[in-house]
Order: sequence, then structure tokens, then C-alpha cells
Amino acid sequence: MTSTPVRPAAAPATTNLLAPPRGRGGALAGVGPVLRLALRRDRILIPAWTLGIAGMATMSAQATVGLYPDLPARVEAAQVVNGSAALIALYGRIQDPTSLGELSMFKLTAFGAAIIGVLFAFLAVRHTRGEEEAGRLELVGATVVARSAPLAAAMGVVAITATAVGSLTGVGLWVAGLPLAGSMAFGAAWAATGLVFGAIGAVAAQLTVSARAATGLSLAVLAVAYVARAIGDLAEQAPGPASWLSPIGWTQQVRAFSGTRWQILVLPLVATAALVPLAFWLRSRRDLGAGLLPDRPGPAVGRLAGPWGLAVRLQRPALLGWTAGVVVMGLALGSVADSVEGFLDTAAMRDIVAALGGEQALVDMFLAAELGIIGAVLAGAGIAAVRWLPHEEGSGRAEVLLATATSRRSWALAHAGVAMLGVAALILVAGLAIGTGHALVVGEPGQVLRLAAAAATRIPAALVMVGIAVAVWGWWPRASWLAWLLFVVFLALGEFGALWGVPDPVMDLSPFRHSPLVPGPDPAFGALPVLLLIALGLVALGVGRFSRRDLGTA
Amino acid sequence: MTMSTAAPGSPPSDLGDAVIDVRGLVKHFGSLRVLDDLDLTVASGEVHGLLGPNGAGKTTTLRILLGLLRADAGTLRLLGGDPWHDAVALHHRLAYVPGDVTLWPNLTGGEVIDLLGRMRGGLDRARRDELIERFDLDPTKRGRTYSKGNRQKVALIAALASDVELLLLDEPTAGLDPLMDATFRTYIEQARGSGRTVLLSSHVLSEVEALCDRVSIIRSGVVVESGSLADLRHLTRTAVTAEVRSMPAGLEHLPGVHDLVVDGNRVRASVEREGLTSFIAALGGGVLESLTSQPPTLEELFLRHYREELVPAAADAGPEPRRGLRGRRSA
Repeated sequence: MTSTPVRPAAAPATTNLLAPPRGRGGALAGVGPVLRLALRRDRILIPAWTLGIAGMATMSAQATVGLYPDLPARVEAAQVVNGSAALIALYGRIQDPTSLGELSMFKLTAFGAAIIGVLFAFLAVRHTRGEEEAGRLELVGATVVARSAPLAAAMGVVAITATAVGSLTGVGLWVAGLPLAGSMAFGAAWAATGLVFGAIGAVAAQLTVSARAATGLSLAVLAVAYVARAIGDLAEQAPGPASWLSPIGWTQQVRAFSGTRWQILVLPLVATAALVPLAFWLRSRRDLGAGLLPDRPGPAVGRLAGPWGLAVRLQRPALLGWTAGVVVMGLALGSVADSVEGFLDTAAMRDIVAALGGEQALVDMFLAAELGIIGAVLAGAGIAAVRWLPHEEGSGRAEVLLATATSRRSWALAHAGVAMLGVAALILVAGLAIGTGHALVVGEPGQVLRLAAAAATRIPAALVMVGIAVAVWGWWPRASWLAWLLFVVFLALGEFGALWGVPDPVMDLSPFRHSPLVPGPDPAFGALPVLLLIALGLVALGVGRFSRRDLGTA
Repeated sequence: MTMSTAAPGSPPSDLGDAVIDVRGLVKHFGSLRVLDDLDLTVASGEVHGLLGPNGAGKTTTLRILLGLLRADAGTLRLLGGDPWHDAVALHHRLAYVPGDVTLWPNLTGGEVIDLLGRMRGGLDRARRDELIERFDLDPTKRGRTYSKGNRQKVALIAALASDVELLLLDEPTAGLDPLMDATFRTYIEQARGSGRTVLLSSHVLSEVEALCDRVSIIRSGVVVESGSLADLRHLTRTAVTAEVRSMPAGLEHLPGVHDLVVDGNRVRASVEREGLTSFIAALGGGVLESLTSQPPTLEELFLRHYREELVPAAADAGPEPRRGLRGRRSA
């Protein structure tokens, strides 16, 4: 006879349901666990960024210390920089020509602050709206976690990362041979920049419903801040008032290596102290998953006809945002190009400029540099647009579409195509905006088309980056970071490759290096068709692979 | 045991009108063998249920049938074509509803229905409007504001409004309330009436019982049983609980008696149909105090496979006259 032992029933847990919740309650209950979760999630990302940023600064300092060992060499280099409106607009002035630190960090003070701004805004959005949009915050929010705790934890992640970036950069610069106090001030200025943009990201995350839009909004603020400081740096009495309105301007005005002004750090700290409570206040005013504006009902009947229509519809908000940004930035940069004359205040400088082809040549150099930067930034916009492919694939939305009579090729080509056409259009718009700004100042309407045509030559290199992103997705759908990594490496090679002594064959890997320098005296257009073919070949490679592999799902 | 003579998933009667014919399907994800020599046949015009626990391979099977995943081995025919190579041509003739519907956050439900319809090659406008009304969907809301059930409705309406021969539905009613569930069943009946073929995966057993002509039970990537509901019910066991004055001896040796538990004067067992008479007779010998029996449901059939997966064979103490399924698997 079979018998089974009878298990005693588990004793009922004695819980007084009416007892008040245990543990420390209040507005910030659960911050600790959420913060640990966030740090656990980014245990690779945050150290990699920190090391990357601090390493970039350290390498630049080390290289400069080696290149300009004596004072006269430094002063000469500083004078060249301060004599070029293009360089000032892009990077800022060298405040003290005799300072080794100023020269070392000349490219990194403002530009590096911008990179930090991107990273920290992204970090804040990722841990607030990103989690919320993915629905994970709902899961966390149902536990003993206060409504504001995830936001507080995100700010904690930002603060920890900023501290790490700041201190590691400071130590790195000091080890590379720069003065201790200045190195620390520089690190602190970068950390403060990180805090401000983390706070901006947190506020943006409360306003929009998608993480993508929140990041976009933060980047728009960053772009405005960067242009504002450029205008401030180009002012006759630098820094102009515009610099004081820009968090990136504040970073520069700390003047870490020329009479450190620690007190300037109060500005970013006050801004952070104002923005963070604003984010908390906005958070307390809205529901989980909601933005500041309620959702309006939309059309009951759709007009979207296929993959192209859908791709345009999905990418349209980002395209419109970029268009607005590019027009503002282009007009601003185009209109300051002419102020280059103000810097030709020495006879020696005038001789050099004359030898180079006159003032127009100097203005053109500036414009070419601007177009190069804009082309590179918009290549980044293209990579971001290609992100729709893994995004749609991973979310399962591609599954529904590809179960209809739509081939994989046409679906993928629609997104890649809209990304490529979008980037090309944006670069042309940028050229038109710069041309319009310049034409208005110098009174030559011809400048509009001249600069639009010049901008067009930047399109193929940007398309290569889009092609790389498509190929990476086709072959390794989970590795979209690889395209971003290559993008950052190519940008770094362009900015610092020569300084770091990178050999030419490696430098030539960057597509941006092969864009002709237009407007300019001796442009080489030969590489353009090759770049275009490479871009299309990469797209074919990625889409071809996608057509033959398993569809990935979350 | 009529099923024991037939291979799992053997064609109902006529191979020629099989809409789906899968033989020896194998699929790996990395080193994990998700589908292991799976056979599945769905005849034209039938509503076929694909029943199995989570992770059994239902969704993977459907994705392979859709050409979204590529089979590692096996032969597949879908509507007379190859699901991988002829994907686009075949997709003109079928509609699919995924188990977990995600929508575009800023597209309205109406826009998504129309988009999917157009990409499938057109949809019946009047039918679309009727479905929207019957399913009580607000088509003007944005994707991000829909609940799980409403997202499911959007995909269902898009599928049901298309004029297609085959519907592939992956747990189609998982998020629907009972009222909408009933509406869904009406439309599946309608599809059957108009000669469409439906393959739906589910672990909602009542749904499969109510809707399906035939069922294939899938476990760990293998179809372990396949047949009409009548065939399968034949295999199921009646749950018998009784109180007797004195316990008769030798109950465990009776044919068709499983999972016998004796606890004092109480006895529980699940009994095959053939063994019922002798079992009740034996209990009667011990003078019955009370007797309850539950009719075989698909639920039990399902739980039986499910439990076998959870309980390791070693822990399965007690003599079991027959582990019927093991034998049939090799058939």
C-alpha cells in the first residue's frame, strides 16, 4: 500500500496588517537598494567612461608636456590659437600663453566638458525616464520605494560618477606633469559640469515621455550652451556675457591653470541645486509613465502605407529637432565667422594670413572647420537614427511587421534609407544656415549656395558612419555600442591623433579624414565617390546579413 | 489506447490538404536545444491548438513557421511553400498575432491596424470597423497608453480584419477579459466557418477545449501528443477520491490506476477510463462512505505532462503500471 507522509501545514505568518509599515519611510525610502541596482547595472559602463575621460585628458597632457617643453614654444603655440577665430569658436581661448596646463587642456576644457555633458545627461535619463519607459520602474515602484527614490538614486549615480571622473582626471593630469592645484581644479570643474548636465537630464526626463526625447532635449540645451560660450569667447572683451550663461562657459572660467578661480565652481553647484529640486517637484506633479503634457487622442484611421512611411514617422521627431538645432547653430556660427578680422592685431599675424591667401582664406578655414564639426555631429545623429533597427527588433515590433508581406530587406532599407537621407538633408540644411548667417553679415548672397555646396562634401563621410552602424546591427544586433565606439575613436583621432602621434595609416581609418577641406584653397574631392561606395557597401553588408539571420527578440 | 499506435502529429487523414506540415524540426539557441525533433501537422480548415507550458517551444515554433527564425534541421511546409525562402509570398496569405504585443508609443491603435493591414496586402474596411466596435477598442489612443489587453486587441483586430487563409495566434487571449474572450471565440468560430485554418498556442485550456478541433501538446521542444479532443480525452484519467470503512488491499495492482495515495480511510487516485469499473468495484468491497470523481479535463492532461517535467523521475516513488507517454514518444 502506498502512502505519503502528511506534511504539517505551514504555520500562518503572524502579520498585523494594520500595523504601520516598518523601516524608514518618508520621501526617500528605498533609495539605497535602487542606487545599488543602478550601479550594478552600469558596473561596466561607468568605470569605462570614467577611465576613458580621465585617460583622454591624461594622454593629452602627457603629449603636450613632451611637445612643448620650453616657454617660448608654448607662447608661440598659444598665440597661434588665440589668433584663430575658428579655434577660439571651437575650443575657447588660451587664457595665459605661458601656462603649460592651459595649452595642454586648450582643446579639452570646453570640448571635453561637452562630452561630459552628453554622458551625464544620458546617464540621468537612462536611470529615470529610461527605466520608466521600459516599465521596470513600475516593478520597482511597487516595492517599498518612495515615488521620488528612483530619481534620487539616479542623482546619486550622477554624483558618484562625477566624483570619480573629477578625481581621476585631477590625479591623471597631475601624474602627467601638470601642477597639482590646477589639476584638481580642472577635475573639479569637469565634475561640476557633469553634475549640471545630470540635473538637466533629470529635468528633461520629467518633461518628455520617452527617454529618446529626454536625451534629445538635454543635447539641445548642451548645443545652445556650447554655442553661447563660443559667442562669449569671440567677444571683443572675452569672456562676453554669453559665456556666463553657459555651464560650459563656467567650466572654462574656472581657469584651472591660470590663476585658479575656485569660486566660479559655485555657479554650477548653484545651478545643480536649483535644477535637482525642480526635477523632484516636476516628478511629484505627474503620474508614473506620464510626461508634463497629457496624451492627446490621435487619428483613428492611419495613412502609413509601408516600411518607408513608418520609418519616416518614427524618425521625424528627431529629424525636426535636429533641424531646429542645426539652423540655430548654423546661423550663429555663420554670423561670427567674419569677426576673424578682430584677431589679426599683430603685423606678424597679418603677414602669415596674407601668405595663406588673405583674410578670406582665414574665414574659409574657420568655416571649413565648422562644417567638419557639424558633419561629424550629424554623423552621430545618423548613428542614433540607425538605432531604430535594433530597437524595433528587440522590442518585438519588427516581428509583427515582418510577419506581414514585407521583406526583411525592404524593412531594413527603409530605416537605413531614412537615416541616410535624413543625415544628408541635415548637413545641407546646416550648410544653408551657416551660409545664410555668413551672407547676412558680409552682404554676399552667393555665400548661401557656396557653403551649402561645401557642406554637401561632408555628407559621404557621415554616411559611412551610418553604414557602419547598419553593418554592426546586421552582424551583431546587440552590439550597437560598437558603432558609437568607432565614432568616438574616429573623432578622437581627428582631434588628438596628431598630438598623440598616431601613425597615418591608423588616422586614415577615420572617414572624416577623407572629406575635402572646403571652403579652402586646395580641396581633394577624389575620396568622395569612394566614401559613398563604402557607405552603400556597408549598408548592403548589414542588410544582407540581417536577411539571413534569426530575428532577435528581447 | 488508440493514440499509442500513431506517431505524434501524424496527419489526420489526407496529407495533401495539410496547411502546416513540420517534420523533425530542430532549433538551437546557443547550446540549448529548444526544439528537439518536433513534428506538427495542421490540416486545412481546422482550428489547431498548440498547448504547452512556458518555455516549451510554442513561440519558437510559430516564429520558425513565420520565417523569423531559421530551422537548424527538419522539413517544413507552410501553405505549400518554404517558410524561410518564400516568407513574403506566404505572408500575403496569413496573419500573425504575437504573444507579447508591443506598439509604437506615438502611433494610435487605428494607425497600427491600418499599417499592418496595408503591409499584409490590404484589409476589409467594414470588417475592421466592426471588429473595433465588437472588441470595444478606442482607436484614437496612442500606443503607450494602451493596457496589455488593449494592445492585444489591436493586433487581433489587424489580423482578423485581413482576408487570409491562415491565422497564427500566439496566446491570443492572454490579456483579454472574459467578455472580450467570448468575442474572440465568436470570431474564431467564424473563421472556421469560412474555411480558414487557425493555429493557436495557449495555456488557457478552456479556450483550447472550446475552440480547437485538434490539439498538439508540446513539452521541452517535442510534440508529445497530438490528436482530436476526443482522442486526447480518451487518455485522460478520472480523479477519484473516496472514504471507505476498511481499505481494500491490492488497489495499486489494479490496471489503469495512477498516483494512488492512501491516508487512513481516505484514498485518492487518478484512474484511466478502462480501469474505472474495476477500481470502483474494489473500493465498493471496502464499503464506501463517500465518493467523488472529477471528469477528465484537458487541464489534467496538461498538468500530467507539466508535472512530469517538474518532478524528476527518481523522485517518482511508487509502482506505476505504465508511463504511457514515454512509450509513445519513440513510436
